[in-house]
Amino acid sequence: MHRRELLKMIAATTGTALIGGNVALAYSNEGTAGGEVLSADDVELLDAVAEAILPRTDTPGASDAKVAEFMQVFVRDCYTSAEQDRFLSGPVDIRERCQQQYGRAFPQLEDAERSELIEALDQEARTLLEGSDEGTPDIDAPGDVHYFTMIKQLTLFGFFTSEVGATEALRYVAVPGSYDGCAPYEEGEPAWAT
Amino acid sequence: MADNHYDAIVVGSGISGGWAAKELTEKGLKVLLLERGRNIEHIKDYQNAQKEAWDYPHRDVPTQRMKDEYPVLSRDYPLNESTQGMWVNEQESPYVEEKRFDWFRGYHVGGRSLMWGRHSYRWSDLDFEANQREGVAIDWPIRYADLAPWYDYVEGFAGISGTREGLDVLPDGQFLPPIPLNCVEEDVAERIKQAFDGERRLINSRVANITQPKPEQQRTNCQYRNKCWLGCPFGAYFSTQSATLPAAVATGNLTLRPHSIVTQVLYDKDRQRATGVEVLDAETNETYEYTANVIFLNASSFNSTWILMNSATDVWPGGLGSSSGELGHNVMDHHFRAGASGDVDGYLDRYYFGRRPAGFYIPRFRNVGGEQRDYLRGFGYQGSASREGWDRDIAELNHGADFKRALSQPGSWTIGMTGFGEMLPYHDNRIYLDTQTTDKWGLPVLAMSVDLRDNERAMRKDMMQDAVEMFEAAGIQNVKAEEGDYGPGMGIHEMGTARMGHDSATSVLNAHNQVWDAPNVFVTDGACMTSSSCVNPSLTYMALTARAADFAVNELKRGNL
Repeated sequence: MHRRELLKMIAATTGTALIGGNVALAYSNEGTAGGEVLSADDVELLDAVAEAILPRTDTPGASDAKVAEFMQVFVRDCYTSAEQDRFLSGPVDIRERCQQQYGRAFPQLEDAERSELIEALDQEARTLLEGSDEGTPDIDAPGDVHYFTMIKQLTLFGFFTSEVGATEALRYVAVPGSYDGCAPYEEGEPAWAT
Repeated sequence: MADNHYDAIVVGSGISGGWAAKELTEKGLKVLLLERGRNIEHIKDYQNAQKEAWDYPHRDVPTQRMKDEYPVLSRDYPLNESTQGMWVNEQESPYVEEKRFDWFRGYHVGGRSLMWGRHSYRWSDLDFEANQREGVAIDWPIRYADLAPWYDYVEGFAGISGTREGLDVLPDGQFLPPIPLNCVEEDVAERIKQAFDGERRLINSRVANITQPKPEQQRTNCQYRNKCWLGCPFGAYFSTQSATLPAAVATGNLTLRPHSIVTQVLYDKDRQRATGVEVLDAETNETYEYTANVIFLNASSFNSTWILMNSATDVWPGGLGSSSGELGHNVMDHHFRAGASGDVDGYLDRYYFGRRPAGFYIPRFRNVGGEQRDYLRGFGYQGSASREGWDRDIAELNHGADFKRALSQPGSWTIGMTGFGEMLPYHDNRIYLDTQTTDKWGLPVLAMSVDLRDNERAMRKDMMQDAVEMFEAAGIQNVKAEEGDYGPGMGIHEMGTARMGHDSATSVLNAHNQVWDAPNVFVTDGACMTSSSCVNPSLTYMALTARAADFAVNELKRGNL
């Protein structure tokens, strides 16, 4: 898939172009080099959050696709330091909310509680984006992009481009060998991975 | 014959250089093909051709480090993990932007023939006659009839898929069967044809992807992986590696020398002929001289001009070919990313199989047949229809099993297209040598001073409005005009700077691509273009190169070079 198309399409699901893939920021990047940005605890929490967004069903889920490990690499290498700071506020805030609202950590929440929390975060993130200028937020302006937008983007992107996501949740044929532009489709059949 | 003498030297191994090498060697000349970058061997060196999305640590998204190292490339899609190493090292080879200019270069054997977009359209006399008719710049010294047989010739060899449409603005060629439209595109094509009385047409894109095998070239037909830009292990698209280089090698007449930066054409002012070239070995920094009777410059539009600017400066301070005052001037590109998109109702029982390396094309229809818009020339569209994927919005769902299930199925159909517009040749849109700035090898670099003008800006309005109008006429829903970031060069169709013309006072090259001041030097890449048309240029470079090579060999035989 052309990245140009990818950026455009991720915009639909999460309301903004893929953060970290933003070519418009190319003139002002100041990435960090070196060690891990996300701790092992962060990765564990994000694994659970991602699994709540895309759970294992009759097909593999975000955890099977090791989406949180992908986030660790992507946030470390593809985000600017400002974007990293925004993303890192996520695990901190989610831990606080869990303790305040439920008195337990995210992995210990009931399914309904997790769902309630994700629902609330998703709503907050969307409200914030709707208030920004046509979905082209300035990441350097504090409060313009919700960390949950970033988590959700990387969950979807990381899952559907993973091997299990692309080949088991979606369909993929490495060498199609032919093209049919008018093939029959029955509802329920998975989409092509790319 | 001395070790350093050849019948002909070809500088650059991209689309036009590969053709020059093939034609000259097949006509019996001993040819030295010089390439400034490393070698990339067909199939063996296509390191990512068999990788999948999940094999890339960042899933093909560039890292911050890559953006730092490739500040120019990072302005657009070419900066990604899968094609890393196939674009010029920007730290080693800088240039100066007096005004923003996006210069996306491929410094390796095959050049950008490995990464090109493969759309292949003929020019028509509407294009060749435009400058003269409108009093813009200077007249082309050739017409469609001069090039038509050469289009036939290069299409047959390269392998262009497409449909014969009988359109004056976009002449038919020697086509392999087309890559099909999908069912939505077919219906939209019919509705547009009806709504505009056949004056606007949506047709299959014409691309250099073969739809039938070419066993004589050891090329297999397209396998619909849509991974062309990684290098095709099936040889299914035209590149130097898949097509022209093997043909040249097969003659036994070719010597390929990578890592060879040509620093100047050597010029004998008494004979008014070039005698050879000076080469700087990019690895050892040693300098060599090679001599030849004929020299083809195919180093890419701007780099062919860079070589001329550095040549024969004792005779002309501005370099070989500068006597007209036009060397380095009249830079053009195709301006794009203005168009429209929308939603398609229905067809939910239809999908597709395979990944096309193509889509649809809408040939130019503006300022044709006497129409006069508030701008000159015109534009064509490239686009496609497809079903939405996992990255779409799902109403009322935002997480959980139902969300995942919904995103795992295809969404509704959408359609989009972007115009590719002709850019006029303006004398003061130019490149020049910046002697204050040098590259890794201590060589002066190019500086760019290129702007879009009123004509292009006015055209972009039509590129959006006409797209909206056609989609709405075809029953597309929620049609939106779209305009994306575009800076000169971003079309990766840079042209001009050593234009062809009727006389030495106003042009750098004659009707056979010979430098007026050195008739044994031919320039047949994009530098030679006198205007830009709105169609993708590479097919025309192929035809011009084959034509010039034929002429050069005949002139050699006659003793005229």
